[in-house]
Amino acid sequence: MEIYWLLGIPLTGGIFLALWGCRKNAPEINALFSFLTLIAAALLTARIVEGGPMMVGAGWFFIDSFNVFLVALTALVAFTTSLFSRPYMRIEQEHGRLNAQRLRLYHSSYQIFIAAMLLALTTNNMGILWVAMEAATLATVLLVSLYRTPASLEAAWKYFILCGVGIALALFGTILLYFAAEKVLGSGGTALQWTQLNGVKAQLEPTVLSLAFVFLLVGYGTKVGLAPLHSWLPDAHAEGPTPVSAVLSGLLLNVALYAVMRSKVLVDGALGNNMAGNLMMGFGLLSVVLAAFLIKRQTDVKRMFAYSSIEHMGLITFAFGMGGAVANFAALLHMTMHSLTKSAIFFAVGHATQKAGTQLMADIRGLIQTNPTLGWGLMLGTVAILGVPPFGVFASEFLIITTAMHEHPWATPFLLLALGVAFASIFGKVQPMVFGETELPKLSYQPALTPVFLHLGLVLMLGLFIPPYLADWYRQAAQLLGG
Amino acid sequence: MTLTYHLQIVNLLAALLLLISFAMLSQRRIAGLITLFAWQGAALTASTALVAWSTGQHHLYYSAALTLVLKVIGMPWFFFRIVKKLDMDRDVEPMINIPTTMLIGIVLVIFSFNLALPISELSGTVMRSTLGIALACVLLAFLMMITRSKAIPQVIGFLAIENSLFFAATSATYGMPLVVELGVALDVMVGVFVMGIFFFQIRETFDSLDLKHMEKLKEK
Amino acid sequence: MSTGILLQLAQTLLAILLAPLLMGWVNQCRAWLQGRSAPPITQPYRTLKKLFHKDAVIAHNASPLFRFAPYMIFACMALAAGIVPTIANDLPFSPAADVIALVGIFALARVFLALAAMDIGTAFGSLGARREMLVSFLAEPALLMVFFTASFIAQSTELPVIVATLAHREFAIYPSITFAAVAFWMISVAENARIPVDNPGTHLELTMIHEAMILEYSARHLALIEWAVALKLFTYSALGIALFVPWGIAAQGDLAALPLALLAMVAKLLLGGAALAFLETISAKLRLFRAPEFLGTAFLLAVLGMLIHFLLEV
Repeated sequence: MEIYWLLGIPLTGGIFLALWGCRKNAPEINALFSFLTLIAAALLTARIVEGGPMMVGAGWFFIDSFNVFLVALTALVAFTTSLFSRPYMRIEQEHGRLNAQRLRLYHSSYQIFIAAMLLALTTNNMGILWVAMEAATLATVLLVSLYRTPASLEAAWKYFILCGVGIALALFGTILLYFAAEKVLGSGGTALQWTQLNGVKAQLEPTVLSLAFVFLLVGYGTKVGLAPLHSWLPDAHAEGPTPVSAVLSGLLLNVALYAVMRSKVLVDGALGNNMAGNLMMGFGLLSVVLAAFLIKRQTDVKRMFAYSSIEHMGLITFAFGMGGAVANFAALLHMTMHSLTKSAIFFAVGHATQKAGTQLMADIRGLIQTNPTLGWGLMLGTVAILGVPPFGVFASEFLIITTAMHEHPWATPFLLLALGVAFASIFGKVQPMVFGETELPKLSYQPALTPVFLHLGLVLMLGLFIPPYLADWYRQAAQLLGG
Repeated sequence: MTLTYHLQIVNLLAALLLLISFAMLSQRRIAGLITLFAWQGAALTASTALVAWSTGQHHLYYSAALTLVLKVIGMPWFFFRIVKKLDMDRDVEPMINIPTTMLIGIVLVIFSFNLALPISELSGTVMRSTLGIALACVLLAFLMMITRSKAIPQVIGFLAIENSLFFAATSATYGMPLVVELGVALDVMVGVFVMGIFFFQIRETFDSLDLKHMEKLKEK
Repeated sequence: MSTGILLQLAQTLLAILLAPLLMGWVNQCRAWLQGRSAPPITQPYRTLKKLFHKDAVIAHNASPLFRFAPYMIFACMALAAGIVPTIANDLPFSPAADVIALVGIFALARVFLALAAMDIGTAFGSLGARREMLVSFLAEPALLMVFFTASFIAQSTELPVIVATLAHREFAIYPSITFAAVAFWMISVAENARIPVDNPGTHLELTMIHEAMILEYSARHLALIEWAVALKLFTYSALGIALFVPWGIAAQGDLAALPLALLAMVAKLLLGGAALAFLETISAKLRLFRAPEFLGTAFLLAVLGMLIHFLLEV
């Protein structure tokens, strides 16, 4: 039952805000719908934690520990982002960068985007998964171009075309998957159901499945932001409104990776070797290294953190690629940490850039003077994402790297080098932004930084201590992925 | 040759699809491109309907009808309207000259025929041999997207990819489950709609639909 | 055997005699479609007769090759027209009707034409010869590709075998043949100097190809060349018919089918001529620089046909 609430609430929200989104209190309505979604997600999570995996709606939806964990994460970050976007978008409107019409579009698309992601996570049908992923892309395209500046239009167009092409490849992969499945399961709706496929995965035709996985990985990988198909990601993150950057980075990339992982489980079963994992490791490693070196050259703060997202998604992909209980556990943990930390960083960065009126790092200085909370928020977020203990990112990165040392020692130097380069460049660039000298006056309003500290608090907590039930939950999910 | 006549016609239509893909590659005018896209849809509709008729797969009739309405009538009409409304210049301007593009196209065709051969041998459908053609059409549409610098040809390339994928689904497995197909159609429709909005935004901002103006965001 | 030889002779003569009529028919159709009053269908015969009665004028610096070339060209075309199966299949000369040999015969005629054009040393002649060589350089491989596609189906490069395979086997749609047919049409248009590659009706120095080469000829030489041109059109039409719509051509030794075959051939030629006139009327002449692209497309189609043959028909 919760599942219908979970999907229905944001969808209703999207329609409602499309019709009545011009009102003054639209941001609050947006936050309210996100909150209701969060409650539904919490109820669903509770149900799964108690009762284990379940199928709902005649096999159309399937929920196990793996996706319910992402559902909870998605709903949480969606809610905190809506909290952050409330004052943020108001100020944008006051600055004249947006009008009521565009805000309506923004709020409506935001809800539909959340609905599409939740559908992608909960559906049991690989075809519907594709449809939902595409819907999520479409919902965000117009958000990226919300400011209608030349740069934002360009970014949105690139996002649209590149992800469109990517997702078309994924569709071909899905067709091949169906093609393989049809011979075992017979034609009709059930042949694309993941649970059904999972049951017969050993009988699926290996050649077709390996080809299908290549297409699926490249297709969904485009949305994950894996190199070399990552070029839409920094543009879309830098040019879209900050709340959109936060949800893109924190959520959409996860969902895309989720789709890859669902396919990987099937392919591993059919092939019986580590071909899928090796591919993922290759793409992951390439992304980590490439992103780390590109971070160094960035001047725009949002672009820089966008590249950092590519780096971390690459790391997670690499970890999933290694497979095994520990690596999967670490990857899931890192997924959580990255989502929470990166969205927190974008919240802080959003306020900082709004204040400075620019996204160029050279022009943002002395945040600690203009607003100490903001300054500390950004600093702590940066420290957290760079993997400094005691934050949770350290724990997950440490796990990933030790596993890599153990199983694939050749990759460790690359990983360490990339992480080192990223650490040096990001820290070196953020430090003057926070502690530098500035002539700007103090911030006239109190920024909405509760979400930032909420996220960072969670990350800190998970770094120090993972509650046993949470650890159990991660372990279950890791096992589902073939641990 | 033991194929029945309607399957021979399906094969012929498949060949026609490939031909149209090449014609799109060589097309210099936007209006011609849109017309070709409509023809591609028409060939697709005809082949889907024929397969549905000859194999008794009734859900394919719905797919065929959907294709007819969306891709033969709806979208071309929409594109023509946009072209008229935006009063854009009508040349396509490829970035690589057309004969070179064609040669690359031939290479792609050979590549995809080779790639599809082992898969189509596994397939149980009567029109399995057309899978290679479908794959070739996908790659050709890609090529078109890559080599065009204007917004509408890129979008048509995107839709042509979608058409070819649909054809691939029909030829390899008699089409995806209906729900999925409806979802895909819905996505495509919304996508085209979003693109329409986009065209106006781009036009408003750049005073042209040439994407050459949109090359600011590059890694320095 | 003797009937075979008689039939062979009859077919060759028929081709030679009918060729100007086909030309006249195409011209007439074109005139109708363009809303002009048409010249009589026998106009090409009258032109030939007129030319044969004139005295030949030959440039002072012309070499013997210049005089010799028209006969050579005519002979080549007559030979080609004779061996392509028009009404009957498997005639005594048929073993010579190998498609590759046929391409060779066309090439021989072309070489002589180009040499003769350059022989006098006028600017136009060399210009025309160069353009002709450009076109044929692109058309020939495409033509060979078309023939190969057809011969893959028949497993032979001999025309009579191809015709027999396509005409007398159970009817089947060959997508590859469809591609080859379109390509063949485009090549024929280029090779016969028709619109959109060349315009047979004008002497415009910027665009002409074929006409530029024969500017220096007069009287009986010109008549032979004109006749050869008509024969070439006829041969290409007969080739097209033999490859793509071969139904009706009489099988070996089937004398009773001959009248029907004759009728079928005439009907097909009439239709083909009308189609040619129609297409010429609706299309505009391409710039010379576009001609390679046009022929490139033909080549592409022929190659595609061949690839599709391997994919769909093996």
